[in-house]
Amino acid sequence: MARVLLFGPLRDLAGWREREIDSPFLSVLRARLAEEDAVLGAALGGPGVQVALDQVVVRGDAPLNARTEVAFLPPMSGG
Amino acid sequence: MIRLTFEPFDPGALLTEFCRDRTEVGAVATFTGLARAEAGATTTLELEAYPGFTEAEIDKMIGRARVRFGLLDVLVLHRVGRIVPGEPIVFVATAAGHRRAAFEACDFLMDYLKSRAPFWKKEHGPDGERWIEPTAQDHADRERWT
Repeated sequence: MARVLLFGPLRDLAGWREREIDSPFLSVLRARLAEEDAVLGAALGGPGVQVALDQVVVRGDAPLNARTEVAFLPPMSGG
Repeated sequence: MIRLTFEPFDPGALLTEFCRDRTEVGAVATFTGLARAEAGATTTLELEAYPGFTEAEIDKMIGRARVRFGLLDVLVLHRVGRIVPGEPIVFVATAAGHRRAAFEACDFLMDYLKSRAPFWKKEHGPDGERWIEPTAQDHADRERWT
């Protein structure tokens, strides 16, 4: 089960911060989340939203293993 | 070094500690950022980090500052969680052989922290809550270093 984390405005939009979701690829995970919540699905693909797998920012699709931490990072506010 | 803290901190105590037992440091520059009330529009700031990731990203920028300005030491302390107006949010201290490097490195690190550091910031006030993004000025300030 991948551990999915949402931050900032994405967490408010979704109404959750953390979930475990079984998915072999990031693209499949995105599709599952969009199927459940179309508004969230669109926001996850929105401008400036980055994805980190185990705390490393990735671009495009990537395989997930049972313990991958998937973090969706909306545009950062700075401190 | 970068540390995140949920607790209020005392900038004076941090500076005293940072300056202790130095014999080759000729200059220490510091910056302390305080939370503003915005004339009553902000009652609380809420700052969220991604533990581990946020520190690692800031640490990369500290590494760049060390090389670029030839620093001898750096400390960044940043609040997370709920912060009320008047409380310090961020403290940056830079140590160098001479003053110019210490001043410039402190400025450089603050421009990065204000525009790029992985924090998500929400303002709470009498009119509700809103997420904050860096201003055009924040981005322009960072561009000065490229």
